Amino acid sequence: MAVLRAFSSFVEGRRVSNEEMAALAGCEPDWIRTVSGIEERRFFDGSVADLAFGAASQCLTRAGVPASELGLILLASGSVERRFPGPAAAVAQRLGLDLTPAIDLPMASAGSLYAMALASRLAASCGHILVIGAERMSPIVLQEPRNRNVAVLFGDGAGACLVSPEGPGARVLDSAIHTDGAFSEDLKLEFGQPLAMSGLTVILQASRKLPRVIGDLLAKNGRAAADVHTFLLHQANRNLLVKVAQALGAPEAKFYSNIARYGNTSSASMLIAAAEWAESAAPPPGALAVFAAFGAGFHWGALLAEF
Amino acid sequence: MNQQDRIREVVRRVAGKEVDSVPEESLFDSGVLDSHAFPDLVSALEQEYAIRIPDSDLSARKFESLASIEAYLNSKS
Repeated sequence: MAVLRAFSSFVEGRRVSNEEMAALAGCEPDWIRTVSGIEERRFFDGSVADLAFGAASQCLTRAGVPASELGLILLASGSVERRFPGPAAAVAQRLGLDLTPAIDLPMASAGSLYAMALASRLAASCGHILVIGAERMSPIVLQEPRNRNVAVLFGDGAGACLVSPEGPGARVLDSAIHTDGAFSEDLKLEFGQPLAMSGLTVILQASRKLPRVIGDLLAKNGRAAADVHTFLLHQANRNLLVKVAQALGAPEAKFYSNIARYGNTSSASMLIAAAEWAESAAPPPGALAVFAAFGAGFHWGALLAEF
Repeated sequence: MNQQDRIREVVRRVAGKEVDSVPEESLFDSGVLDSHAFPDLVSALEQEYAIRIPDSDLSARKFESLASIEAYLNSKS
């Protein structure tokens, strides 16, 4: 099985407080905190490719792997500026690559989890695979007409993970990815339109599907939630993380959360969380980590790794 | 207790307060429940009616008012 060799995060730009966002969205700052756990987010003045390149170059430096050794780039983003080409090609070019395949995954929140799962299955044949999640949500949330239930949630950022066929890092034990297109209208972003979200349907589905996919993956591998050192989930909403923890019977403290500082950065959030956690927590040898995400599509999944 | 009173009682237990909503009124827009109580409401209905609500039915439209919940439960009986 493949290894997760290094993580990185790139969260730059202006800090936008709940007070500023509340004034823009027509609500109270405390309401934002209560419904989401968010305190602030970043608005980045640049492109999705700029964010992605920032995370990509840091990740390769941390891994000690030159870009020339990459066999594949997978870039997840639901906030690209144009239909095609996506930012994957631009990132490859900025890394100095002119032959390496670079694929865009326009999947939003579950994109980086999907990319990690695919990379772990492809690494044996492709070699080093750079997974990137990058989102510039600020132009989307600021677009008129503003929906306060959406506008207050999102922020900009990028994260990356180098998935390698072998070597140092966390060993990927297994992964599961799923899609149910029956709810594709409940969370969608059309070009030139505001983000449309039935928040109630999303939380109803996510609060059931996330614990189930995690529980099933753990059971398939002879593990239980109690065996997991840390859960690294897409940072959609602090309240959702609490629901998932309760459903799994796991302490909330095992669920890493940085949503207070960055808001929901969609596909980038899980990788940003992983990078911060790996750097600050120094996971002990043998520590199990569960990655999981749920998002538009609906797409969702989980990945189990051992540090 | 008729069906709607029974549903109202389930909502009251989840919300932790009396439910004065008219049947067609959204339980969320009226402030009876917040979005994060929604999964708890579905779980409480499953328990009360001894049913399993499949993922394919987990849509806000089916559970956001007393009337829509009643219509859903009637469609399953």
